[in-house]
Amino acid sequence: MNERIIDLAARGEGRGWATSWYEASARARIDGLLDAGSFREVIGPEQRRMSPHLPLFDLPRAFDDGMIVGSGRLDGSAVLVAAQEGRFMGGAFGEIHGAKLVGLLRAALKLKPAAVLILFDTGGVRLQEANAGETAIAEVMRAIMRVRAAGVPVIGLIGGRAGAYGGGGLIAGTCSRLVVSEGGRISVSGPEVIETNKGAEEFDSRDRALVWRTMGGKHRRLTGGADAYADDTIEAFRQAALDQIGRAPAFDLATLEAEQRRLEERLVRFGDCRDATEIWGQLGVNDPESVPALTTADFETLLVSLGETTHDAR
Amino acid sequence: MEKLSFRHTTSRALPGAKAQAITGVVASGNLEVLLERTLPPTECTVEIETPIRGYGEVWEAVVADFVARAEPGGLRITINDGGARPDTVSLRLLQGARLMEV
Repeated sequence: MNERIIDLAARGEGRGWATSWYEASARARIDGLLDAGSFREVIGPEQRRMSPHLPLFDLPRAFDDGMIVGSGRLDGSAVLVAAQEGRFMGGAFGEIHGAKLVGLLRAALKLKPAAVLILFDTGGVRLQEANAGETAIAEVMRAIMRVRAAGVPVIGLIGGRAGAYGGGGLIAGTCSRLVVSEGGRISVSGPEVIETNKGAEEFDSRDRALVWRTMGGKHRRLTGGADAYADDTIEAFRQAALDQIGRAPAFDLATLEAEQRRLEERLVRFGDCRDATEIWGQLGVNDPESVPALTTADFETLLVSLGETTHDAR
Repeated sequence: MEKLSFRHTTSRALPGAKAQAITGVVASGNLEVLLERTLPPTECTVEIETPIRGYGEVWEAVVADFVARAEPGGLRITINDGGARPDTVSLRLLQGARLMEV
């Protein structure tokens, strides 16, 4: 089921208008990402597979538990897709939410689609059902390993308001390829969590510029934490996803050893930096202060000039 | 959690053939509306789960207004509320009916 306004779709204007990925609902993202009308949802809202835990806390449930899974086509190729609704409980992983993603990944082993697309929008584990959520994170990571080992790329798309935090950040780290937009953020501990544990001197969560240049899309792309940078439109994410499916690295020992080496090198090289701008400077960016304001085109030009952000490690 | 249930009779079936639709998100000040064409053509039910207690009369008025405007005969409508204001509820219900009219 999609929730696009029908009048526009009927006039064939569904594709082409610059719909913001950040602003769109999970259903609208799937609808615009895949070939028009090709999405087939599994365990849809009409089945009412809702959280068994939230009523204990007198909290409202969602018909799809904030996770929409199914199959569809991307430029003609069969894909499986999962999307988190970041506005429902921060897109957090609960029992049903996680089980739907695990089930989709296990189905990928049998169906062998061209790719599995995961549209992240999550703050991590849902605290009200944390044990089930934590288990789901582990099961998802294991399932992604199996899917990648079977030769199916798993592409993560990150540009929602909740970003990919907590266990969602861990899962993102296991994907074959990640696409991120300016508004997308990838990390494990969120800004408020770091400030609570280490103090505002360590990380001031109210300093939004600091948050974005430390965890935001441009920084992740510059340091290789994400493999592609997309404009905040559904069409840009569609193009980037298509592009990245063809570039997914082999999932073998050589790739993993290269990733380990690169992570060690990164720690040696940037371990003493006090701010992301210092890292950008060391990467060879002439004017690090200007990076946050760069347009996508200028940022792509910068990436090409640096020439060291095309590797398979994050 | 407060559960409310309303049953209405309409003078016609909602036009269109779409079997089901969903709109909205369970978020603060928002709600999700699931519509299913499963009832006899001149019946409509609206079931609501809301964490905000004590607004049954307001829900009743908003639903009655929606039924009068949209004549959503045949629809079973189920709502998960996140504390939406009456105007938002009204908007979502009309959005949902529009989605079903294709």
